Amino acid sequence: MTLVYPKESLSAYPKHLSPGYRSTIKRSPSKPLIIIPHTLSELTGPVYGHEAVQENDNDLTKQHKGEPLGERIIVHGHILDEDKRPVPDTLVEIWQANACGRYVHVVDQHPAPLDPNFTGAGRTVTDKNGYYKFITVKPGAYPWRNHPNAWRPNHIHFSVFGHSFLSRLVTQMYFPGDPLFPFDPIFNSVTDEKARQRMISSFDLDNTVPDWALCFRFDIVLRGREQTPMEH
Amino acid sequence: MSEITPSQTVGPFFAYGLTPKGVCQWRPNSGFDWKETAGDNLITPDASGERIRIEGCITDGDGAPINDAMIEIWQADAQGRYMHPRDNRSIPNARFKGFGRSATDKSGVFGFSTVKPGAVPGPNGKAQAPHIVVCIYSRGMLRQIYTRLYFSDESANASDPILALIPPDRRDTLVAKKQMRGGQNVYRFDIRVQGKDETVFFDI
Ligand SMILES: [Fe+3]
Repeated sequence: MTLVYPKESLSAYPKHLSPGYRSTIKRSPSKPLIIIPHTLSELTGPVYGHEAVQENDNDLTKQHKGEPLGERIIVHGHILDEDKRPVPDTLVEIWQANACGRYVHVVDQHPAPLDPNFTGAGRTVTDKNGYYKFITVKPGAYPWRNHPNAWRPNHIHFSVFGHSFLSRLVTQMYFPGDPLFPFDPIFNSVTDEKARQRMISSFDLDNTVPDWALCFRFDIVLRGREQTPMEH
Repeated sequence: MSEITPSQTVGPFFAYGLTPKGVCQWRPNSGFDWKETAGDNLITPDASGERIRIEGCITDGDGAPINDAMIEIWQADAQGRYMHPRDNRSIPNARFKGFGRSATDKSGVFGFSTVKPGAVPGPNGKAQAPHIVVCIYSRGMLRQIYTRLYFSDESANASDPILALIPPDRRDTLVAKKQMRGGQNVYRFDIRVQGKDETVFFDI
């Protein structure tokens, strides 16, 4: 299967410079990016299979002696390409704040408690159907200093590899109905309404486990489609 | 109309989840058991070729070091082969993956230990000079930015089909400068994200 990576698809991405998110002002290229063809160097990319992860790396509630505090949740979905074919055997990494909105990271100064039973890093490899699943706790909202009274909506950070270095994606998964959406310049850096919706997980009652955990579904579509449009 | 999932910034707090030794650094003795996937040392015992060190500093539009960036590199082995199904030539360095990650330190410095890649096939059957694909992520970057690292001691740079697409006065920003240190080749590759002498980035 030979994949191509049309650049038009990238129109869903935020612009490098998005002044509402202040840090982009000094950290975005000011000169035009140079267009180059996709060579073997771009069309290949790191391959991390099942040897890269350990059992339970996808269960963030089992990494310490006790259970973390907070609302236990299941986050699952499929990694797909632009033709909606599954992307199997690819590494998915996540990191997040704890239920109080605090990251383990030393730079996080939000005066909310750390949880000795929660680190907030997880990873897994998709199965042959491109399916992945994590068990974690719902991250809290947290303040940041972008503008007065700035708070990030609840989110889980995702990093995905895919079929090549061009399909590499770092994104954030949001939760449905978050009241902070209209005020968050990172979420709104994606200017197309439909594209923005694709970063929001959906509540999944069918896979919610009775008496145990709510479930959210988050499908991720990576760059890459078949060279010739499929005939029907 | 494509329906890809948009990119979002990696933010300031990725290190414990993504980068080498990240978790140990923030949570010593937490009992957290974590096997590293990608680190900043790409060298495997079976990898043939010249051992090199790559080091650089990444700075913003004010020339201030970016101390919360992650640099990823992707490269061929010394024979110019990629460890990937799309490169179906035989792979002698079976364990050399060619992928590395480094978080910048408080001075904005990143570094990798690796082997020097060989020349790889390019467009229209024309060989490309040895190079490494570099991808940058940080707070303030809503999407990753791609560039390439070439080597100052490679005469093949003069005929490289990708370098040829770059205005001559900016090509130098992609060429890592060879320095000797303690008997080892160190290639210096500074990245300027914005402003005067801005590094060339690619629209791919
Ligand atoms: Fe965050």
